[in-house]
Amino acid sequence: MRPILMKGHERPLTFLKYNRDGDLLFSCAKDHTPTVWFADNGERLGTYRGHNGAVWSCDVSRDSMRLITGSADQTAKLWNVQTGAQLYTFNFDSPARSVEFSVGDKLAVITTDPFMELTSAIHVKRIARDPADQTGESVLVLKGPQGRINRAVWGPLNRTIISGGEDSVIRIWDSETGKLLRESDKESGHKKTITSLVKAADGSHFLSGSLDKSAKLWDSRTLTLIKTYVTERPVNAVAMSPLLDHVVLGGGQDASAVTTTDHRAGKFEAKFYDKILQEEIGGVKGHFGPINALAFNPDGKSFSSGGEDGYVRLHHFDPDYFNIKI
Amino acid sequence: MDRDAGNHKNQLFWAEEVDDEVEVDDGENGDELKAGNPNQLCWVDEVDDEEYGDETEPGIYDVDDEEYGRDELKPFQNPFVNYRTVPTNTGNANKNKLCWADEVDDDGDELEVDLSSLLPPREIIGPDEKGIKKVIEYKFNEAGQKVKVTSTYRVTKTVTKEYKRVAERRSWAKFGDAVDEDVGSRLTVVSTEDVFLERPRVAGEEELELKAKTEEKKGGFLMVCRTCGKKGDHFTAKCPYKDLIGASSNNHDQRPSSSDGTVASSSKATGGGGGSTYVPPNQRQGAKLSGADMKRRNEENSIRVSNLSEDAQESDLRELFSPFGQITRVYVAPDRNTGLNRGFAFISFARKEDAEKAINMLDGYGYDSLILKVEWSQPRSK
Repeated sequence: MRPILMKGHERPLTFLKYNRDGDLLFSCAKDHTPTVWFADNGERLGTYRGHNGAVWSCDVSRDSMRLITGSADQTAKLWNVQTGAQLYTFNFDSPARSVEFSVGDKLAVITTDPFMELTSAIHVKRIARDPADQTGESVLVLKGPQGRINRAVWGPLNRTIISGGEDSVIRIWDSETGKLLRESDKESGHKKTITSLVKAADGSHFLSGSLDKSAKLWDSRTLTLIKTYVTERPVNAVAMSPLLDHVVLGGGQDASAVTTTDHRAGKFEAKFYDKILQEEIGGVKGHFGPINALAFNPDGKSFSSGGEDGYVRLHHFDPDYFNIKI
Repeated sequence: MDRDAGNHKNQLFWAEEVDDEVEVDDGENGDELKAGNPNQLCWVDEVDDEEYGDETEPGIYDVDDEEYGRDELKPFQNPFVNYRTVPTNTGNANKNKLCWADEVDDDGDELEVDLSSLLPPREIIGPDEKGIKKVIEYKFNEAGQKVKVTSTYRVTKTVTKEYKRVAERRSWAKFGDAVDEDVGSRLTVVSTEDVFLERPRVAGEEELELKAKTEEKKGGFLMVCRTCGKKGDHFTAKCPYKDLIGASSNNHDQRPSSSDGTVASSSKATGGGGGSTYVPPNQRQGAKLSGADMKRRNEENSIRVSNLSEDAQESDLRELFSPFGQITRVYVAPDRNTGLNRGFAFISFARKEDAEKAINMLDGYGYDSLILKVEWSQPRSK
């Protein structure tokens, strides 16, 4: 396959997200402008100007009309996807890290980093149908975990919130009461910072990637460990194919070590694993730095990766990908 | 789910495969087309049944010759594929220009314009029920000869479905920084290099492993070395570790001679000589070789493996070479900068025959997409 290279960002990529129909690809980077691309040919549709810091993550509503972004400028912003206009700004006292719309787009979960004396927190905000009615009030604020929370996503039926972060523990919270329901235990859980967390297409299970050089597949309701994928480099990003039983792990050596070693030592490939057999299927090379973001097109026929090198690489699979045998 | 049929919009793509063109370097131009219009490309399923290989050969004849070129069916050879989108109403497809190559033809040959009235008109046959369409054209070549060009196309219809809202989004106006984007900014480029999903295992490897296993089975487990405990590899008398595990042989001697061969002796080897001081292997009882001898022996049995892939590790090589016999040492030369190997390694076998076998078998063997070079580590004088 010939990947499409998109060089719209001047700084390392942080997050990638497809809309539900899989025709738009949203990319966030440490430069201040999230960008939207056509997912088939990689043409840039537009940028969302207004943030004043690195943008850590984004999410798009099911109807592809609204975009929410979380940024290090201590805000999360709602955007009109089509025009790039800012609709609303949520202000926080510390950088916003992870954002996600709930099923139905009526709520959003936003995590904030520890900053000065503040601890990290998970905020749940109500998203108004009409942006004019939007308020910044939090429905729920969850605090407790030590260190940064790198990712918080909604559990099945929006009943729970699943979070993971620097303390390497995956937690499931009740999204109504804010009670901590489950916690991953020390033995089966990750040993180092959890960098990414992605749900399966049906939400029944999710995959977490960690700097302990592994990714783990968990049940969304019971938080039982289903599978572990072991690799030889820290995992920065994970993705799951909605079509085949494949998981993709992206990572590479620490960004600070990149310049001190040969590029061949970096292991900047996106590694494909069989979801069930936990066996490596193959790797896709190309980035000049660690992979920070991965996303699978909802149709499962293409995926994109964003690296520390500032490139988004969009891969449309060759037909022979679909009948790979192990 | 609101994905009802009403939201579907059918678009028809006429994909035309051009099998033959005269005097147009189609290979290069085809690539250019692909790179220039990535959005026009779509995957086209090959027509399912038999492979048509219709390549027509142009016949070159003199102007007054009555006979025109003969068409000949030939196997499919390096076609280039041209995909074009045609409006849903496909009736007028034939009236449009048929393929990009035609346009090049027309534009390129300006000199021919005045003479073209002398030529028979262009003829289009088909597409028939199999999707084969023929276009017959006449033109003058550089030498002033009249040439009949028969191009055969296979017309394939591919239906791709797209949601109405997706099509609508396609027409959205650009915004933000994308509005005043320079034409030459080339933010989005198609990679010039092809990347593949690189499989970690090479196909032939498993076969080799399997073979080694069956070989092992053939030998059975009748042969169990009492010195090192290895099954089916060698007889106790020929154990290559005899001198290395000399200390344990001391114990062995003291034991009642009833010790049966199946007792794993690896534990003996490590635990052997407990309490006594360390005796270098070459000074142990039964050692025949001096240190220098041993060194020489090892070198004699070592082979050098070069053109290794950088991912190969000691364990991989051990796995690759162990079917040939007992390995005493594997050394992969590391690169100081990367920690990966430098593309070569030394492997010492316990026995020279094994080493020779390995050289014969694996020299030129494809490993990790590279062809291994396996040779003696030092030039043989004899």
